[in-house]
Amino acid sequence: MPVHKTSNIYLDNSAGKPVDSRVVDSMLPYLKTSFGNPSSLHKYGQEAKQALDNSREKIADLIGAEKAETIIFTSGATESNNLAIKGTATRNRKKGNKILTSAVEHISVINSCKSLIRQGFQTTFSPVDSFGFLDLEKFEENIDDQTKLVSIVYANGEIGTIQPIKKISEIVHKKDAYLHVDATAACGQIQIDVQKEGIDMMTISSNDFYGPRGVGALYIKESIRIDPLIHGGGQERGLRSGTENVPSIVGFGKAAEIARVELKSEGKRLIKIRDDIIHGLMGSIPYTFLNGHPIRRLPDNVSLRFSFIEGESILLSLAMFGVFASSGSACTAKTLQPSHVLLAMGLKHEEAHGSLMITLGRQNTQKDADYIKEIMPAIIERLRSMSPLTPKELKR
Amino acid sequence: MYSDKVMDHFRNPRNTGEIPDADGVGTVGNPTCGDLMTIYIKVKENRIEDIKFKTFGCGAAIATSSMTTELAKGKTLEEAMNITRASVAESLGGLPKVKMHCSNLAADALHAAIEDYKEKNKKRGSKNEI
Repeated sequence: MPVHKTSNIYLDNSAGKPVDSRVVDSMLPYLKTSFGNPSSLHKYGQEAKQALDNSREKIADLIGAEKAETIIFTSGATESNNLAIKGTATRNRKKGNKILTSAVEHISVINSCKSLIRQGFQTTFSPVDSFGFLDLEKFEENIDDQTKLVSIVYANGEIGTIQPIKKISEIVHKKDAYLHVDATAACGQIQIDVQKEGIDMMTISSNDFYGPRGVGALYIKESIRIDPLIHGGGQERGLRSGTENVPSIVGFGKAAEIARVELKSEGKRLIKIRDDIIHGLMGSIPYTFLNGHPIRRLPDNVSLRFSFIEGESILLSLAMFGVFASSGSACTAKTLQPSHVLLAMGLKHEEAHGSLMITLGRQNTQKDADYIKEIMPAIIERLRSMSPLTPKELKR
Repeated sequence: MYSDKVMDHFRNPRNTGEIPDADGVGTVGNPTCGDLMTIYIKVKENRIEDIKFKTFGCGAAIATSSMTTELAKGKTLEEAMNITRASVAESLGGLPKVKMHCSNLAADALHAAIEDYKEKNKKRGSKNEI
């Protein structure tokens, strides 16, 4: 196979995004001149405090939060998920020791729940259907009077399926439990309104909407009491001690402001490119299937699977053309297990191995989609020609 | 992540395909684990005259299959039995640690193909005796 590395097309935006240059510009003064500690009472401190409050306001605006004070800054989505789950569970232990979550959660949710299991809590992983939607009937059955916390992903970044959060919150609140939503992949990409949707706590990630890494937030309704994970000087309403990472928080706020303004037009643009890639590849390559739902999915997410071949070999082939994407194959995971999200939707191991995840970003254009559609058929055909599993009609 | 040699064998794999009238066929792995390899051999005067492979798997699986066929071609059956997972990995300039076990099965497939040939030959031999 000849090497045609003509380009650098980055299609792994859910793994990491470039920081928007407007965001970088907003951060620089807080690295250089306004470097004060927000807890200090003097001019430098108050400047930093003001910047912190402005960012809080902007993030609250993005998600329709009732008050800026509902935003607690953390080091990122993993910490926010840990704080929401462990903090709520331990605080409410006397009222009930059960946690309900789903089978398509991020590993930071799964492992937070597992750490609580070791401390005597019970966790149920509610099943999803073949699109990755939570099975609401079973979900409701899984909540009992011992269930005090429910944690559900807004939209899983691997398959893009957007959960019916409003319906979920109605069920959860009928049963008198708290709903935490992991909106890492969704927030900043699609419109979210925590009040209208009945969300009690929500995880937000800065880099997922072109802010800096190492910063995130947990939205938490003012009336809800949870335990902190990190103890110290009592910053962030006592829920997250430690001197605030002001430059990153400023960038996070700027990114939220940009996302709020551009969300609609950017979403529309990405959906067009997304659907063009999906329809193009499914139309030109036999035995190609879509993971997740065709419509109720994140604008940036193309998740496909190609029968008879393995995902890492697809990624290596794409890299030879200067295209960089991701896969749910075991061979691309540290655990050597295929993606639990794909398996939860009922896929067989060998089906999950052949998955390809493309996540689009602001820098991608229709040109990139055209290039993918041009190179993919030959890549898949070549790998299938080497595979012992390929049916005869596909062999030349 | 991969050595240049691995990438070379992934890009331009040697001896891919099937041998319809193979003297020995060996298959190892399974698609559930993400790796499945079949090696076909043609044997003449105790030497591997021709060898081909089919592999479902990652880059390392394809490269090790390719390298194994290259190492085995023209070798006597005894010499070919001495090709091991370690020698295949070494010839490729090394493999990432996680790939040493799951994707480095081609030597096993080669050995299985040789065993298959010997088994068939034994049967053929005993038939001839009758």
